[in-house]
This record gives sequence, structure tokens and C-alpha cells, in this order.
Amino acid sequence: MRLTIRHETTYRFETPAASVIQTLRLWPRGHDGQHVVRWRLDVDRNCRLRAAEDAFGNQAHVFAADGPLDEITVLVEGEVDTQDAAGVVNRAAERFPPALYLRETPLTAHDHEISAFAEEVGSSAGGGELAALHGLLDRLHSEMEFAPGQPDGATTAAEAFRVKRGTAQDLTHVFLTAARGLQIPARCVSGYVRREGGEPQDSPHAWAEAYVPDLGWVGFDPTEGVCPTESHVRVAIGLDCLGAAPVRGSRYGGSGETMTMSVLVQDARASRSYRRS
Amino acid sequence: MLSRTADNLFWLSRYIERAEALARILEATQRLASLPAAYGGKTNEWESAVATAGCAEGFYAKHGEADHDSVVAYLAFDRDNPSSILNCFETARHNARSVRTALTIEMWETINGAWIELRRLADRRLAGEELTRFLGWVKEIGLRFDGSATRTMLRNDIYDFSRIGMLLERADNTARILDVKYHLLLPEQGEVGGGLDYYQWQAILRAVSAVTSYHWVYRESVKPWLIADLLILNDQMPRSFAACYGELVRHLDQLARAYGRQGPAQRLARSCRARLENADIRDVFQRGLHEFITDFIADNNRLGAAVHEQYLA
Amino acid sequence: MPSPAFDEMTLSDGSVRPAYRKLAEWLAAAPPDLLQYRVKEAELLFRRIGITFAVYGDQQAQERLIPFDIIPRIITADEWATLTKGLVQRVEALNRYISDVYGKREILKAGIVPEDLVFRNEAFRPEMAGKTPPHDLWVHIAGIDVVRVDADTFYVLEDNARTPSGVSYMLENREVMIRLFPELFSQHRVAPVERYADELLATLRSLAPRTSSAEPVVVLLTPGVYNSAYYEHSFLADKLGIELVEGRDLFVRDEVVYMRTTEGPQRVDVIYRRIDDEFLDPLVFRPDSALGVPGLMSAYHAGNVTLTNAIGTGVADDKAIYSYMPEIIRFYLGSEPILKNVPTYRCREPEALSYVLDHLDELVVKEVHGSGGYGMLVGPHASKEQIELFRAKLKASPAGFIAQPTLALSTCPTYVASGVSPRHVDLRPFVLTGSNGVRIVPGGLTRVAMREGSLVVNSSQGGGTKDTWVLDE
Repeated sequence: MRLTIRHETTYRFETPAASVIQTLRLWPRGHDGQHVVRWRLDVDRNCRLRAAEDAFGNQAHVFAADGPLDEITVLVEGEVDTQDAAGVVNRAAERFPPALYLRETPLTAHDHEISAFAEEVGSSAGGGELAALHGLLDRLHSEMEFAPGQPDGATTAAEAFRVKRGTAQDLTHVFLTAARGLQIPARCVSGYVRREGGEPQDSPHAWAEAYVPDLGWVGFDPTEGVCPTESHVRVAIGLDCLGAAPVRGSRYGGSGETMTMSVLVQDARASRSYRRS
Repeated sequence: MLSRTADNLFWLSRYIERAEALARILEATQRLASLPAAYGGKTNEWESAVATAGCAEGFYAKHGEADHDSVVAYLAFDRDNPSSILNCFETARHNARSVRTALTIEMWETINGAWIELRRLADRRLAGEELTRFLGWVKEIGLRFDGSATRTMLRNDIYDFSRIGMLLERADNTARILDVKYHLLLPEQGEVGGGLDYYQWQAILRAVSAVTSYHWVYRESVKPWLIADLLILNDQMPRSFAACYGELVRHLDQLARAYGRQGPAQRLARSCRARLENADIRDVFQRGLHEFITDFIADNNRLGAAVHEQYLA
Repeated sequence: MPSPAFDEMTLSDGSVRPAYRKLAEWLAAAPPDLLQYRVKEAELLFRRIGITFAVYGDQQAQERLIPFDIIPRIITADEWATLTKGLVQRVEALNRYISDVYGKREILKAGIVPEDLVFRNEAFRPEMAGKTPPHDLWVHIAGIDVVRVDADTFYVLEDNARTPSGVSYMLENREVMIRLFPELFSQHRVAPVERYADELLATLRSLAPRTSSAEPVVVLLTPGVYNSAYYEHSFLADKLGIELVEGRDLFVRDEVVYMRTTEGPQRVDVIYRRIDDEFLDPLVFRPDSALGVPGLMSAYHAGNVTLTNAIGTGVADDKAIYSYMPEIIRFYLGSEPILKNVPTYRCREPEALSYVLDHLDELVVKEVHGSGGYGMLVGPHASKEQIELFRAKLKASPAGFIAQPTLALSTCPTYVASGVSPRHVDLRPFVLTGSNGVRIVPGGLTRVAMREGSLVVNSSQGGGTKDTWVLDE
């Protein structure tokens, strides 16, 4: 499927900031199930964008803009060809052996409740990592409520699991914690998903990948309740969603910061015909 | 030098100066308020003190009425008042600590000693004799800090920044005393004021430690326009606008020379000094004393902002 | 119980070792109240030095005044020469190992160090994989904790490859000793430690990135006045004549680090950071860190700034990796370790675990990631309850622990309430590695367990310090 994507992030400051510096992970790379046809990245202020590959092989950009800034917008848009590979990710940039992805992070710290849940799901799935992972996917999708919106970057997997509710990032964190609890390497993917109707979304998407011997890395999307399909576009990976975050920034001076995102993911053919009409 | 270091030094000196100014305001007020009722008039001296200290908003949010107890508590010891004497010393000591090696031992010991002593006193209600002694002690800390700076510091940019902070604060304090009391100095008050005015005029001089200086300079009885002349234009009087700006220009010029670069701060300070040098007190009264003082306060704030922008941010 | 410890002054037959002869005579001749008097004087001096640098009248002053013992610990030139060789070897191996782990990973491919010990280690920083810091040097300032058990044998107890502290004590202890005991110094040729500040500055300058100017700008990055080691940070910055900066004093523009000064932005080339990795850059590590510099990693990766020590060096100094150090030295240097490693049972290995569980009352059990003497069981000195508590902990997460036999740490004469009496000591020499070589100032921080029989020298556990004399002949 050819997908068109447009993702705009705007920061506004009540008192203008003296300067802003940001790291962006907004540049998808190709793998077997994904080909980037065209892509562009634009910051609406004078600044130099520096491209650099990060530790996990993500294509990152760093920029700093000097103010006074009362507003700054980062825009990416482009087209990506995708194929359904039943969630299996082949020929992606791999920088570390799977063992690294057993590490916990503050957001995915070990939690007794999640571990117990994972154990239970694992044993009822009846053997094998793949079965356990699918079990986790189904159970989390049905038992946790998806709350659209921006991740706050501070909610831990344990907290989200306790209230059985969260953003795509929160659900992903619970999945990661559960999988690692079963000694299965797992990581976070940030990217985009096309949903039926093609309505604007207020945040990019996130899901998990887990390492299954013989298969390699396989995606699991607890929010959508599926393994990634041709509707998913993979952009960056990390130990958690913070590590794979599309935008991380910091400002000097100023106050009253608000951030809004608008994400549009559409079937290219549909959007073209829409435009023509 | 790190901007943060300069900023700390600048505010450290400002806060010590502010604490001392508060002590003098409280002293003068205490004296006025203790006059025989016959002189009492209609003004509430404690209200003026709050206005002069520039913290009316915070004060009335907490206290219904300005009287001895509430004002002393708020200006001297209240933790919620960012400019109380207690908090001035607290902030000064915090700043001093993070630039410890830029200070001389004598300066550090003055601040640290004051801070320790004040923590001991903070929870006690002081009144009468005890309060007087306390205010005297605060002034003494100011003197000791100032003296050890003068006697022990290298004359480099560290010195300049701490002096600039002190001088801006000093000019501001003198200006605010005049701002609250300017009406007492206006001609319609009559050349020979009543008893109350006389005490008020004395109180203004006392608030800037200038009773004796006045007589040395003018060799005559206290006249309101001469008070204005002394506090605004006389560059022999260390707390006058003119003297503060003479020194401010000197220190800013030193910085400009040391750094090989000048900017808005130098230009603002020079233009302000030129205005003070060229002014005549009669013109000031003719054009309006109050406007003159208000303009000066605004200019002084602008200079503070320019120094911040140019060096401390 | 371990056999009676080796005393560095008096041998078991009562004879005095030659290096200590003059000191022993002096101690014997000193009137009883003289030592008492000097102890008081030393305390006064420390307070006064404390005033020079910071803070008295609040908590830090109390922390500052950890017990100082006025009797020096003496090391002969020969002993020091051996130690030096061993330390140089050790630090070189540490550097090679870290470089390899973040680079070609040959030691992992060779199966010498297990992969998951590296990749699952929290101190392993994925952000450094494939990156080379300026000059491919990682550990520029190392504090290697060494103990001795007899006349000839030194063991390394711990490698500190992150941000080792304590060097201010080495310098101050000497300063105070020279003032208090000029007569002792006139009788001994004690190698000077005072040039540590110069050596450190030379090392830091030599590490400047290639893009820096001829006169590289070096700063010391501190978490700020509330950090417990702030005193040492300001002490060192002052001795080195460099700016003591906090994160907010620095900023990054187009991959170059600048500090905000009254004369405008000034480029910074080398950052001696006393902040842990995860606080250095909120854009990469902990997002809530207000101590770091946003964008610092981008400048670091672009090769425009040197951080000392490099990011991720902790992968070499935890207690699980420690047990592999002899193999690491052999692998990279092809030579036998000069300084011994304490035999270590890795509880992650099942046979080791069962041995440890059977011998808890003889062993010292330590947390792999613990430090400062916390989370530690000293079997021979522990109560039954403590042992059972540790048995449960060990069973719950064996990989989190290692165990070692209790070493008979050497003792040194120490002035305590009852007079002069032997107490156990260790030694932390500081090893500086620059692009122009390794420098070790003759001396270090001797820590002493002030309680009789105690083997725990950490200041948080009531340990004190001594001046360390390396004799120059």
C-alpha cells in the first residue's frame, strides 16, 4: 500500500524562548516491508539541521534555533510503500544483539503485577515465545483501554497497567515489560498507522517488537490488537518510547510551553482521488 | 567570567544593600511613629514604609492593616516576602555559596556569619530596644560586607559586577524613599513646615543616613528643596542619584575597557548621568518632582535589564 | 577467622620494618599529650581549609570532617614501583576493553566475557556503540582501590572508572601533615603529591579534540552546591584554575559546546564532568535532568568536545566484570596481571552460587552494582540473621551478587582513643591517562577503618583517612 503521511508538531511559548534545541527521530528507513518513496523534513525557523545516526540505527536530526521564539513548527511529510509481512521485520538496521533489549528502563521497570500477568498468559498460551507474545497482544488489547493523546513521557508501565488504560506508548510499555519479564527481548517502535476513515490523529503511533528465535524481530501492536500490517510505517526504535521518541527538546528561557501535533496518514490513492474531487 | 558567577555576585550585593535599606526604612519609621500624638497627623507611617519597600501587594494580601507588628514581621522576618531582611540574607548567602571562590574570605564570613546569626533570631518577635539593636546589626552587616569588599577584593570584573549590583539597588532605594515622600517636599507645603513636616524631613534624611551630611553641605536649617537637591543631584552624597550614577558609569566603563566592547548598558548609564549632571533642582521642581523621580526609577530599571541582557544572561 | 593481619609497621616478631623505623622512633619518643594536641590542631586546620572553599555551619562541613588520622602510612619506592606498573597495566586494559566493547566486540566474540554481562549491564551505553571518543581514550581518571595482605602482595579490590572522588583528601591531608609535622618530613624523603593539579590539567589538555584551538578550554562540570562532593569540585576547579560550571552555564550550537560568559559565548573543549552519564544530556538520557546540557551528545559525537571520563566507562568497573579482569588483561596485553585480583565467585554461575550459599559465614558478598560499602555482607562478622537475610537475597537474584573470600587487609598504626593501635587500611591511587601518556602521582588516598577489627573503610561507614607517603629513595 502506498501511504502519504503528514506530521506537524508545533510548540508555543507564552513567554518567548531564547532558544530551542531538539533531537528529531522523524526520518523512516527502509526494510523488507517498507520503502520510502519520498520524505522531507522542515523546521520553520532559521537553523542548521544536522543529520546523525543514533545508537539504534535510527536516522536522527539535531537542530538549535535562536529566538526570541513564540512558536516553532517541525513538519515531516512524504510517501512510503508498505507490504504486509505478518509483522516480521527483515533487513532493518540492527546495531545490537537481542540481549540488549532485555534491559529495563525507568519507564519499563520490572513490576510484579505485570510479571505475574505475563507468567499467566505465557503458561496458558502453552509453550513457545511466539504463542506467549500473541497471548500478550490479545490480552492487552482486550483488557487495556486505549486513550488517544500525547504520551506524557513519565507514566510507567506499572502505572498504566494498574489503571488498565493508556496511550499507545503506555500499552507498548506494558507489552515490553511483560515480554522482558518472560526473558524475551523486546523494544519500542515509533511510527505511523493508517486508521479507517483517515481522520487526523493527535499523536504518532507506537508499538512493540519482540525477538523470536528463527523468525527474528516481530512487531506486536497492542493498541490495534494486530501484528503490524501494511498500514504501519516504522520510523524509529528504542528500549522504550522515550528512546524512540519522535521529538525530544529543550528550551532556554521562556515559559508556558504547549505542544500540539497533527498526524495525517492516508492511502495515497484515496488521498489523490480526494484531492482531485 | 561565567555569566552565572557575575549574576550571583550582582544579586548578592543587591540583596545585602536591600537588607540594609530595609533596616534604615524601619528605623526611620519606628522613630516617626513614636512621635507624640500631637504630631501624629493623618498619615500612617507604617503604610509609607510598606510602600517604600515596594511590597504593598504582598503585604496587604497577608495583613489587613499596616502597624508596627505587621510591618516589622513582614519586612524583617517573613519568609513569604522575597525581599524581607531574612530572605535577603538567605538569598545573598545562597548566591555567595555558589560563587564562594570568587569572594574573599572576609566577605564570605560576613555573609555566612550573618546568615547563621539570623537563623537563630528568625523565630523571635523583636520589639522596642531589641528591634533597634537588630536593625543596627543589619546595617552593620552591610557596612562590613561593603568594607571587606573595598578592602580585600581584586579590582577586576568580579569587583565591578558586585559594585554595579549594589549601586543599582542603592539608587533604587533612594528613589523609592523620595517617591513615597515627594509630596512633603513640594513648595505648596510652605517654606517653613509645621512640626510634623520637620520630623518627616528629618526622617527622609535619616532613611539615607544623611542628617549630618545635610548640615555639612548646606549649613542651614532643613529645607525641602535642599533635601531633594542632596538626594538627587549632589554627587558628594553617596546615596544620591548623581553619586550612584557617577560610580555606575565608572564600573561599566571599566568592564567595557576590560572586555574591549561596550553596549547598551554603558550608553544608558552615561545618558542618565549626563541628565543628572546637567539638571538644576529648580528645573526639577518646575517640571515636576514626581515625574522626575518616576522617570529615574524607570531608567534605573532599564539599566538593570540592560546589564542583565549584556552580561548576566 | 582470617589469620592475623600483616601490619605495615611492626612484623609479627615485634621488629619494625625499615621504612617505618624513624616514624616508630618518633612515635615512641613523642610525649603522650603531643599526639592529642596535634589531632586537635589538625581538626582546626581542616576547618580553616574548609572555610577557604566553602560552607561551614551547615551539613557539608560535617561531611567534610571525616576522621583524619595523623599517623602517615608509608610505602617504599620499590613497593610503589611495583604498584605503578600494575596500575598502568590495569588502566590500559580497562581502556582497551571499553574501546573494544563499544567497537569491534572482539572479547565477546572470543567468548571471554559473556555477551549479556555487557549488553544487559545498565552502565553499557548503547549511545556509545560504534563511537570513538577523542584519542580513543575512555578512562582518563581512574581510582583503583588496592589492598595489601603481606610484604609483597597487593590486590586490586575495585576499579573506579566513572567519576572517582577523594583526590581532594589526598592533597589536603598532605597539606595538613606538612604544617603539623615538619620534623617528620625533614627525616623522610616523601615524594610530593602537590603536582597532581598540574598533572591533571596537563592530562585534560592533552585530551582536547582535534578541532580545538591551541589553548584548549577546560571546565569542571558539577551538579551544583547541593551535591555531596561539591566541596571537592570547587577545590579542584580552583587548584586547576578552570571554571566550575553547572549544566545551565553551557549550551550547544551546531555541535559545539559553549559556556555563557560575561564576554559572550566561549567555546569549551574539554569537560571534566563530575555528573553521572544519565544526567549529561536530557535529549538522550534522563529527560528530567536539569543538571546536564541539552545537545551535549551531538557535540560529543561530532568530536568537538572531550568528556572525561568518557560516557559508558561504567561497563568496565562493576563487580561482575571485575572478576574477568585477569582474563581481560591477558586478552589485550598478552601479559600476566601484575596486581592480583581477589578470587571471585560469580553467583550467576550455578556451581559458584551453591558454593557461596554453603560458605556464607566465610565470604564477603557484594552487590554487583552496589558501592560505598552498602549492600554488603561480611560473613565472618555477620550475625545469623544477617546471613539468612543475604541467603534469601542471593536466591532471589543470584546474578546481582558476587562473593569473595575475606582478605586479611593489612593494618597501619592509627591514633585512636586508647592510643596508637593497628587498624585496617586500603589505598586509592589516582591514575591519569592522557594522549601523551599515563601519570600517577606518588601517593593516593589511604582509607582506614577506625573501628577495631573492622574491614570496612568507606567514609559512609565510619572510615577515616591518612596521609600516604611514598618514599623517594
